[in-house]
Amino acid sequence: MNMSQMPSSFEQFHPTASYITSPELRDVVNVAVALKKPLLVRGEPGTGKTQLAHTVAEALGAELFHWHIKSTTKAQEGLYVYDTVQRLNDSRFGGADVGDIAQYIKLGAVGKSFTSPARSVLLIDEIDKADMEFPNDLLHELDRMSFEVAETQELIQARHRPVVIITSNAEKELPDAFLRRCIFHYIDFPAPEMMAQIVAVHHPDIDKQLARMCMQRFYALRNNPAVRKKPSTSELVDWIGALVAAGISAQTLSREIPFLGVLLKREEDLGQY
Amino acid sequence: MFISFFYYLRARGLPVSTTEFLTLLDALQAGLARESLGHFYRVGRSILVKRPEHYDIWDQAFAEYFKDAEVDPALLESFEDAFFGGLHDELLKWLQDPKHAPQLSPEELARLKNLGLDALREEFEKRLREQDARHDGGSHWIGTGGTSPFGHGGAPSPGVRVGGAGGNRSALQVASERRFQNLRKDLTLDVRDIGMALRRLRQLTRDGAQPILDLDQTIDKTAQNAGDIELVFRPPRENNVKLLLLCDVGGSMDPYSRLTSRLFSAAHQASHFKSFKSYYFHNCFYETLYNDMERRDGESTEQVFRNLDASWRCIVVGDAAMAPSELTQRGGSVDYWHFNERPGLEYLKLLRETIPRTVWLNPDQPQWWGSWTTQAIGELFAMHPFTMQGLEDAVDALRRRA
Repeated sequence: MNMSQMPSSFEQFHPTASYITSPELRDVVNVAVALKKPLLVRGEPGTGKTQLAHTVAEALGAELFHWHIKSTTKAQEGLYVYDTVQRLNDSRFGGADVGDIAQYIKLGAVGKSFTSPARSVLLIDEIDKADMEFPNDLLHELDRMSFEVAETQELIQARHRPVVIITSNAEKELPDAFLRRCIFHYIDFPAPEMMAQIVAVHHPDIDKQLARMCMQRFYALRNNPAVRKKPSTSELVDWIGALVAAGISAQTLSREIPFLGVLLKREEDLGQY
Repeated sequence: MFISFFYYLRARGLPVSTTEFLTLLDALQAGLARESLGHFYRVGRSILVKRPEHYDIWDQAFAEYFKDAEVDPALLESFEDAFFGGLHDELLKWLQDPKHAPQLSPEELARLKNLGLDALREEFEKRLREQDARHDGGSHWIGTGGTSPFGHGGAPSPGVRVGGAGGNRSALQVASERRFQNLRKDLTLDVRDIGMALRRLRQLTRDGAQPILDLDQTIDKTAQNAGDIELVFRPPRENNVKLLLLCDVGGSMDPYSRLTSRLFSAAHQASHFKSFKSYYFHNCFYETLYNDMERRDGESTEQVFRNLDASWRCIVVGDAAMAPSELTQRGGSVDYWHFNERPGLEYLKLLRETIPRTVWLNPDQPQWWGSWTTQAIGELFAMHPFTMQGLEDAVDALRRRA
């Protein structure tokens, strides 16, 4: 691909030294940045979905606002929270000026990324953990890039449209109206060649023979249909870390699999080895 | 210019909306995908396809639509060279080796089965001869992408091998690999749709011991107290709906097993029911209701019904099509080793008496509801088709107060 032919606004995202991406993912990130649409990333756990946002922020030199979604998270909390309890407390025991409501408005991750003085990256992590209606509640804010604080009637408008990255483990299906507005990418499990690069990035000094042996063992475990919870990339990286730290040689590895608990997390799976 | 591509994707079953297509055109206008077909493949997929289950449809549609767009003459020549240099035998060997068959899509497999191996070989040989005679027509051979009975697995696989030696993989080769085939689901009603419909089935009542702080009331009371804080608590609201799910499995219900399992997983995921029970049966239920689809582990129907009352709601899923004797006669059960002392209709009436708010979801289309048993059951229970609309109507019927 000839880089000089690219429009200058494209190709803003280059992978960094510590994060290996496929050309597909690079294109998709660049499309999302250029079209100013949220990027929805799905994939098995441990394929680096959250890491992608950190890498994009680093590559763009932008601040990252991380909004980690839990089952109880409400869409409103990402915009702002009106701290009524603090105000009640102040009114009772004195303190700040209770008449000034603005000081009890605390911006959430979305609000902070909107008011950020430079372009930022907003990561909405594990959006599928929240209630089914959650994504719909954010549609308008992500479309218009603005919201109103009802209590002060202040309009908060994005000064610089943040790059929005949303991750999902597909525990719940997302609504179509939401999907339509996103750029979507499914991170496929890395093929052995790419995995070798990933391992090399995390463990640059590893013995070649050991690395090869590790990969063999790892893919054998993954391809074993009896293993219920397949080990992921991050688990492989951790496992190799453990092997290197313990000074285990490729010969030992060919006889047995040490630290199996790093790779397999279910009792039924462990019982087989 | 790409309008026909848009309609082609929709015709292939990819739910592409107009806004998404306009976004793609925006991207093209901004020059985001003008580099190559491969680039366009990736950019287009990220904008138009939002579920990994649909990646396979995209791959297929893309390969079919652009099959003639990118045939490198050099590739063709090398294809022909390789072709007469022994690949012919390899292709025949491939045909004899059935272990590659799962690479084909179900439709292709069905067509292969229709042809039979001998006919397939004959056809294959015939086309080989044609190919031999007509060199320029060969472009169709490489990117056939599903139009010949050999589909992806047949002709294109040597095509990919030959092309692979040339260097970069083209978008068509990537597309015709169909890596995302396993993620595919043929969606009619997905778990989310069903879950959303079931969510409406709730009846909120206030009870329970664990009180929660009522902030609005607290602020009101505190204001009335001139700033002296008074905390107001209220009991939490709780969904009081109890749901029984009965499901016909096996026999004529086999084509719908995916649909019913989706209803089951949606109902199990829906954590908002106060109680939830589910059982399986075949055609009609008699003395026993089963906990598993294989119908081995059962519980006595009367025992189950004794623990239920009119506060429950019940959804029965079944096609209601069976021999009249299965409903009306003692010993009419479809399982020949099983002799039911009471006819099936009595058990259905027992269900109606125990749980008046029962609806029957029928996955067959309403125009097929003519059979005697379907009519008879339709008189006992409100019958709805198992579609989005039918499910919503059924939930509405269940919401009414007893």
